Amino acid sequence: MAHRSSIWEYANPRTFIDTTDRVLPFFAWGAGVCLVVGLIWGFFFTPDDFRQGSTVKIIYLHVPSAMMAINAWVMMLVASLVWVVRRHHVSALAARAAAPVGIAMTLIALFTGAIWGQPMWGTWWAWDPRLTSFLILFLFYLGYVALWGAIENDETAADLTSILCLVGSVFALLSRYAVNFWNQGLHQGASLSLDKEENVADVFYFPLLVCIAGFVLLFIALVLMRTRTEIRARRIKALLARERRA
Amino acid sequence: MTALLMRDLQLAIRAGGGFGLALAFFLIVVVLVPLGVGPDSTRLSSIAPGMLWLGALLACLLSLDRIFSLDWEDGSLDLLATSPMPLEAVAMVKALAHWITTGLPLVLATPLFAVMLNLPGTGLNALLLSLALGTPALSVIGTFGAALTVGLKRGGLLLSLLVLPLYVPTLIFGAEMARRAAETQGYQTPLLMLAGITCGVIALLPFATAAVLRANLR
Amino acid sequence: MPDLGKYADAVLGAYAVSLLLLAGIVALSLWRSRRVKAELEVLEERRKSNG
Repeated sequence: MAHRSSIWEYANPRTFIDTTDRVLPFFAWGAGVCLVVGLIWGFFFTPDDFRQGSTVKIIYLHVPSAMMAINAWVMMLVASLVWVVRRHHVSALAARAAAPVGIAMTLIALFTGAIWGQPMWGTWWAWDPRLTSFLILFLFYLGYVALWGAIENDETAADLTSILCLVGSVFALLSRYAVNFWNQGLHQGASLSLDKEENVADVFYFPLLVCIAGFVLLFIALVLMRTRTEIRARRIKALLARERRA
Repeated sequence: MTALLMRDLQLAIRAGGGFGLALAFFLIVVVLVPLGVGPDSTRLSSIAPGMLWLGALLACLLSLDRIFSLDWEDGSLDLLATSPMPLEAVAMVKALAHWITTGLPLVLATPLFAVMLNLPGTGLNALLLSLALGTPALSVIGTFGAALTVGLKRGGLLLSLLVLPLYVPTLIFGAEMARRAAETQGYQTPLLMLAGITCGVIALLPFATAAVLRANLR
Repeated sequence: MPDLGKYADAVLGAYAVSLLLLAGIVALSLWRSRRVKAELEVLEERRKSNG
């Protein structure tokens, strides 16, 4: 096996698939173990919160998914930058692969966030700044995925979607501030303040960490698997085109 | 550059869909709003700033796919790309033409529609200012979206999906500015934010639009 | 099952939706991966036998 002189060696599709062949099982199993341990620990073996009752158990799903919803987009942003600068196809495909996972994470964050808020707000949906921001992020994800699907030419698709991701990131940040501004007058302080502001007690904190680890490992495993699928799909397209020409 | 601008404006007028379409759509929205939410004047008053903003935004959306489509189909866009004028300038001129044919008429027509939706008198000037500041951003952002979907056959819906999330900051600050003025509150913060976003968008987004056009023309 | 009190529906609902979505994206990714891999193998075989 050739010596890997730099991380860019992995930009080679063949190298990427060979390497992930060995590495993917670790991420997959790691994710499974962490998720099972973390969720069972959190759900069965933690007490209720004196203010929120048993709904505090929702944090083991809401916090990790919300984190990953954002991190998935950040990863797509980095991958898009790598494409724009170095034009490594694997990078563009990795961004494409990550988007549906990001969508799943965003949906989980939205549903758990809304359900968590229900006992406090009395409605199944509230235009809380955080929930609204995640809803807008969901729309950004949808547009990104839709654009990939609409463009026939692979290079052009990678170019357009990467520019969209870059521009979208700026506007997503702007929207975050705009939405905070938009809702500041209404639910002052009653928004779903999470562990970032409050101090989460240790008894909740450790199972939460395990769950976060589980979600991170799951994200990595899924993106690696999906990128391999994208690389193979690209190869299928190339082979079919060659057959048609022959 | 002026030549391109004049040409686009002439095309818009000749095609007939230019000035009139956005205004007609705005009118339709203004008619549909009371039909949808009921004719109670106080309720209409309170939602008027937001609804007028929404109407203007949606009317801008309508004419976006036209920005590059004609030039794409007859090959003029390729010619423009090889001309000495940088694509960034093309993007800006196209956005300006769109604003002149869509945003500007909307701003001018707003006083009439504001009356129909019972906008409190205190709010009218701020609403006009917010639209005057915000619609250029809508045109520039829309031009970016139009460039992304320029080759696509039924790109209209995708165009909306791509552009509407990008409209969110402008909409929030524009509508908030109008709403606060209507309730006789101070509206400096949204005004500054709105102006800042528009300036930033005009200064930076044409570069992204040009990159998109280059990618599509390759 | 711990005593979830009056929030039982909310908590169980949240867990159900989340686990469904997680299972969904995992299943979808796995299914697509297998399908594409199989299709690629067919094409590679064909290419080899065609020269």
